Amino acid sequence: MTSIMTTSKPITPTRTPSAPGAAQVSLRGVDKEFIRPGRSGETVHALGPIDLDLRRGEFFAVVGPSGCGKSTLLELVAGLSTATRGDVTFEGKPIHNRIPDGVGVVFQEDASFPWLSVRENIAFGLRRIKIDPKERERRIENALAMMGLTSFAHSFPAQLSGGMRQRVCIARTLVTEPRLILLDEPFGALDQQTRLLMGDEVLNLWRKTGATVFLITHALDEAAMLADRIGVMSARPGRLIDIVETGWPRDRDSRIVQEEAFGAITARLWRSLRAESMKAIGKPEVEP
Amino acid sequence: MTPKKRAALWRIALLVGAVGGLEILCLSGHIDRLTMQPPHRIVMDLVALLAGGELNGAIAKTLRNAALAFVIAMVAGVSFAVLLHYLRSLRDMLDPVFATYYAIPMFAFYPLLIVLFGLGDTPQIFIGAMLAVVAVIVNTLNGLDRIPRVLLKTARVNQLSAWDTARLVMLPCAAPHILTGAKLAVAYSLIGIIGAEFIMSTGGMGYEISFAYMNFDNAKMYPLILLILLVSIAINTLLAKWEKILMARRGLS
Repeated sequence: MTSIMTTSKPITPTRTPSAPGAAQVSLRGVDKEFIRPGRSGETVHALGPIDLDLRRGEFFAVVGPSGCGKSTLLELVAGLSTATRGDVTFEGKPIHNRIPDGVGVVFQEDASFPWLSVRENIAFGLRRIKIDPKERERRIENALAMMGLTSFAHSFPAQLSGGMRQRVCIARTLVTEPRLILLDEPFGALDQQTRLLMGDEVLNLWRKTGATVFLITHALDEAAMLADRIGVMSARPGRLIDIVETGWPRDRDSRIVQEEAFGAITARLWRSLRAESMKAIGKPEVEP
Repeated sequence: MTPKKRAALWRIALLVGAVGGLEILCLSGHIDRLTMQPPHRIVMDLVALLAGGELNGAIAKTLRNAALAFVIAMVAGVSFAVLLHYLRSLRDMLDPVFATYYAIPMFAFYPLLIVLFGLGDTPQIFIGAMLAVVAVIVNTLNGLDRIPRVLLKTARVNQLSAWDTARLVMLPCAAPHILTGAKLAVAYSLIGIIGAEFIMSTGGMGYEISFAYMNFDNAKMYPLILLILLVSIAINTLLAKWEKILMARRGLS
């Protein structure tokens, strides 16, 4: 296994070093405020300011304390929510509260449609894409095979395990052949062993599709295992306080958790995150 | 034996016991023939009535109008429920009306409906639909309230329009609740149509039952009541089977 490189970046809002124009997704001065429900006009500063570039084809993970705005960040990139200030662009085009073509999202919760079979669920992802029936069938068969669901094509989600249902959701995203895949804690509801195996599958499909993957997770080990770069967020309002480059080879799998460097990356993430996590639960860290 | 099978057996036993008891009471003269026919006689009269065809027109009229009232209630109820689901303030305004709706004596409006729609079948269909529609609205809203947010987000990710989101995600997701509303709507539509025919009509099963009642014609009245019961049970059984399939697919049976 190649050696691990962790960049030592300052604990300040960070801009990635990619050259202008190389970024597939760009966030510039992005802030998000919410109006607090039930209190007239009072706002909550949930996120930002964030400056970030996602490089085409990279695997980028975001970790941060609970409630720091990780999912809000993903929703901004997905076009499910609009930034209060700042700009979010995908392939140079601004995202304005609309899902851009070429973007697929997988959520933490089970988002399979229980009234549709596995095959119908996967085909649902192709509704918005005009392709000929042969190509449609090819994509569905490929997605079924890639996610190991071929023999369950006619089953209903209720007949599958949680991990398999999540694979259905990933397959539904895959058939659209997205250039950017957004994963919002997709393994959050799964047990540890299944999470590791699902991680392998995500790495596999990342390699095969060549898509950029943007993963939101609360699990430091998951981020350390999967990502090329890991953004560490502060407590609310969430800002990027560190970006860790893992230096993993592209053909990695879950066995890298045995590497010494894996521990070093996880330790680095926790060092950056500990004080923020304490803040998030209302116990600011006191120096011994 | 599963608890469900045991309950079904008890249900059948109870029904057989009740019908058997009624048969004995009628045959032994404890219930006189002028009050009620024995159940076996009611079945025989029903078969004779259906075979003779003299009431086929009345039966067809009632079933056709009840079906129309049911369809109107379903289409209007589901559409209005989707609208209310989006318009929170309108829903808040109407919620108390739904809660007290069935306390309103709908048949009291029949004269007004005759003035508005004339003496034809329209006032009866209107009453049937009005009786059924709120059951559909309330149950559909119940289903729509339970749609997981993540499915609606998935609809947005797949760039579905509001119409497609309602058609392809919201309504299928709420289907088991809508079916509960449909089962109630079947009963309310039939009650509405037959009740209206009972009050003021020149045809239909309700009119025939009323006419037979006035003339002590038990050979016609009870078979028609039995027929209504059988139609209602048959439709509800079909809907229940459909509901069972839907629930089984979702792992909820």
